[in-house]
Amino acid sequence: MIDALNHLPRPRAGADQLAEAFSDLAPPLTARQAAVESARCLYCFDAPCVNACPSEIDIPSFIHRISDDNLQGAAERILSANILGGSCARVCPTEILCQQACVRNNAQECAPVLIGQLQRYAIDNAGFTQHPFQRSPATGKRIAVVGAGPAGLSCAHRLAMHGHEVVVFEAQEKPGGLNEYGIARYKLVDDYAQREVEFLLGIGGIEIRYAQRLGANLTLTELHQQYHAVFLGLGLNAVRQLGLPDEDAPGLLAATDYIRELRQADDLSRVPLADRCLVLGAGNTAIDMAVQMSRLGARDVNVVYRRGIAEMGATAHEQDIAKHDQVRLHTWARPDAVLLDDQGRVRGMRFARTQPVAGVLHDTGETFELAADAIFKAIGQRFDEASLSDPLAAQLARDGERIRVDAQLRTSLAGVYAGGDCTALGQDLTVQAVQHGKLAAEAIHAQLMLNVEAA
Amino acid sequence: MADLSIVFAGIKAPNPFWLASAPPTDKAYNVVRAFEAGWGGVVWKTLGEDPAAVNVSSRYSAHYGANRVVQGINNIELITDRSLEINLREITQVKKDWPDRALIVSLMVPCVEASWKFILPLVEATGADGIELNFGCPHGMPERGMGAAVGQVPEYVEQVTRWCKTYCSLPVIVKLTPNITDIRQSARAAHRGGADAVSLINTINSITSVDLDRMVAHPIVGDQSTHGGYCGSAVKPIALNMVAEIARDPQTRGLPICGIGGIGNWRDAAEFIALGSGAVQVCTAAMLHGFRIVEDMKDGLSRWMDQHGHSSLEAFRGLAVGHTTDWKYLDINYKSIAHIDQDACIGCGRCHIACEDTSHQAIASTVKPDGTHLYSVIEEECVGCNLCQITCPVENCIDMQAQDTGKPYLNWTQDPRNPYREAS
Ligand SMILES: Cc1cc2nc3c(=O)[nH]c(=O)nc-3n(C[C@H](O)[C@H](O)[C@H](O)COP(=O)(O)OP(=O)(O)OC[C@H]3O[C@@H](n4cnc5c(N)ncnc54)[C@H](O)[C@@H]3O)c2cc1C
Ligand SMILES: Cc1cc2nc3c(=O)[nH]c(=O)nc-3n(C[C@H](O)[C@H](O)[C@H](O)COP(=O)(O)O)c2cc1C
Ligand code: SF4
Ligand code: SF4
Ligand code: SF4
Repeated sequence: MIDALNHLPRPRAGADQLAEAFSDLAPPLTARQAAVESARCLYCFDAPCVNACPSEIDIPSFIHRISDDNLQGAAERILSANILGGSCARVCPTEILCQQACVRNNAQECAPVLIGQLQRYAIDNAGFTQHPFQRSPATGKRIAVVGAGPAGLSCAHRLAMHGHEVVVFEAQEKPGGLNEYGIARYKLVDDYAQREVEFLLGIGGIEIRYAQRLGANLTLTELHQQYHAVFLGLGLNAVRQLGLPDEDAPGLLAATDYIRELRQADDLSRVPLADRCLVLGAGNTAIDMAVQMSRLGARDVNVVYRRGIAEMGATAHEQDIAKHDQVRLHTWARPDAVLLDDQGRVRGMRFARTQPVAGVLHDTGETFELAADAIFKAIGQRFDEASLSDPLAAQLARDGERIRVDAQLRTSLAGVYAGGDCTALGQDLTVQAVQHGKLAAEAIHAQLMLNVEAA
Repeated sequence: MADLSIVFAGIKAPNPFWLASAPPTDKAYNVVRAFEAGWGGVVWKTLGEDPAAVNVSSRYSAHYGANRVVQGINNIELITDRSLEINLREITQVKKDWPDRALIVSLMVPCVEASWKFILPLVEATGADGIELNFGCPHGMPERGMGAAVGQVPEYVEQVTRWCKTYCSLPVIVKLTPNITDIRQSARAAHRGGADAVSLINTINSITSVDLDRMVAHPIVGDQSTHGGYCGSAVKPIALNMVAEIARDPQTRGLPICGIGGIGNWRDAAEFIALGSGAVQVCTAAMLHGFRIVEDMKDGLSRWMDQHGHSSLEAFRGLAVGHTTDWKYLDINYKSIAHIDQDACIGCGRCHIACEDTSHQAIASTVKPDGTHLYSVIEEECVGCNLCQITCPVENCIDMQAQDTGKPYLNWTQDPRNPYREAS
């Protein structure tokens, strides 16, 4: 399993108990709950919730259809805007998206319609007997999509729908991107990520080739030559470094590496347990990591952040989940040194206390130590430079380390598009990646068809 | 606390809340429980001649709103399915045990004098306070020449009422069917026949829904259905109008009215009283929630009366009648305009789309810098139809404000635009 943690014990709880701890964070609505909840929707016009959904799902319409007992119609409404509506319904931070904007979230009520839950209900219960969308007549165009994450899959589906042939090149052995490897296990349970991809591929016209890594056994130059267009949905696959000595010591690793193993484990009672653990960072990944360790049975779980609560990336809802799971939060503390035991393994960390001085973070001069069996870095994902190492790829214009795109998801190279986390556009969220993929597909389609008509 | 006691058509009761003739008043067991719960009176489930009626199994169906809120119930039950003798015995005993409550006996027998002459003395002997003539039942009974069929023919109503006044000394309340075109005709007939009061409405012919798998309407009896009688909250507007029509009809002025139809809380009752009812009857609300609701009705009504300085029901009874008139007498110069309280507005856009698509394009939608919308009334376009106020989910957010037009009262009969204006 995870070499850096192999020396640690395993969870005390049995497999059943652990499975229970990692079941749906928000259990699915019952039919009755869905009926009650859907009837709460006011069927707004120019609905604020729609504006707040990055994938622009027609929320009043799908909820109205649930209320009308037309679940297939509801699901189709959702999927026509967001083909990964099933996973988005589970992983979207609705508290900062659609549900935050819901008019029933006003000061008198403070009770938004549970849009995400209803979205899940519609999709889980639609009972499609065949794929709900049909492909347009074949265009004879072939498009390469790199990365089978939410951005790439969404792009591939929309392209296939428009009659194009799509080949998806994926570095891993499984599709789904972070839906498969990154999302907290209790948000996207069992094999949902895989089932959703299977459903998506039901449209036809999409071939996924695994173990194909751009920058290793694949170049942008070949793709650009062989296909009518290329879409890059590479995500962010590298991890930021602390820049401290002993960063590679056993017991210290990236939170995403641990979560990946956790998500893939068939038997949770066999993953390493860090009874005392430190999570560095303050985003949702840090919270996911801390909560999952806590649910595995860890007794002393600490999230340490160099700034204050107000600056945390994790939403209030995520912070509440952490509190509920007895995660302790330390603010204004910066990692200063990795502490090792006599066998060279992590035994804790020394932190420097910080304070803001005119907006800039300064050390106060004070330090303190926290003991730990393991330390997880959740201080952000980085773009993996190796992916863009061939000569053509190296020419792509960047915004910082990410790929520069315009509103139509076009990169600086004609015929090359990009979307999702690997671009600087929008938030790093599943639903945003899906929207990028969809918009890029529309842009590619429009461009290719333009050429056809002109010819 | 305000005094809720009433004397209705000579019948005394501690409060105006009576149970309508229906399953809740079917037998002594129910009626005793109702009196224990505090109901001011009951109209016993309609008695008929022996042999007693026979009911089918599967009897009710409902029309639902959102979240299974029952808007209305439809029933295909007949009058009592117990023998006359048992009913009379129970009525006698209950009246003896509960002397302060109103006990009215509902009757439906064939439209022949002998039948009435036979049954009336038996009823009077029970000690009951009055009788109610059931001319309303819209299903099952009309086919037997009783119920709505009688109620739909004013001459029959008058005739039967007269027989009752002849063969019985008790107050006679005539229960009217709403399944007619002009309720005043029936009320006038009852009045001519000597009725002491009218009660209304009985149930309305209805089919609530259709099972689309089996292609049969509800309630389903085997694989068939039939129309039934509709009651409950949904019929209240119809009942209120009929009550008002009778209350302001010069020919029946002063005739006591017992309001029935969709009463579920104190406010409903107060509205019926404001339109002239001296007592009210309740059926569906009790069937849905049990007899305990009367406590809340009495409590709510007397608190409201206290707050408004009404020491008795007579103090506000009929106060809304004088304000109810024919359309032609409404002030054509009156003008109101919608006003949106922007602090209360939650930005749902319902007012805008309703007015834009189906009314007068009088609510503008402007996008604010934060992407949300501002909805504002274009006063010159607003005709004061109330649609936006109706669709707005926030109570009191849209206020219809009366405008000072400076113009005097002018009704249609006086309006120069009226081609059929009565020459003045
Ligand atoms: C731990 C964690 C938790 C998260 N939780 C949430 C959450 O709860 N809700 C939410 O909305 N978002 C969450 N996110 C963010 C969300 O997962 C991403 O925004 C989303 O997955 C982005 O999709 P993508 O397609 O751009 O990238 P990815 O999902 O990263 O997919 C990229 C795909 O490209 C493949 N790939 C990469 N490089 C190459 C290459 N060179 N050649 C071929 N293939 C390649 C990868 O293997 C992967 O399959 C979370 C992220 C992390 C890290
Ligand atoms: C199941 C049922 C049976 C009824 N039976 C009678 C009856 O025997 N005699 C009668 O006069 N009205 C009968 N009614 C009508 C009620 O007395 C009452 O007029 C009607 O339900 C309207 O009042 P509500 O809206 O409060 O229910 C019946 C109503 C129901 C629901
Ligand atoms: S804002 Fe809320 S109430 Fe309005 S349509 Fe959206 S979910 Fe429904
Ligand atoms: S996709 Fe996400 S943000 Fe959009 S409506 Fe669904 S749950 Fe809300
Ligand atoms: S209907 Fe009411 S709450 Fe909705 S936008 Fe109009 S005024 Fe505001």
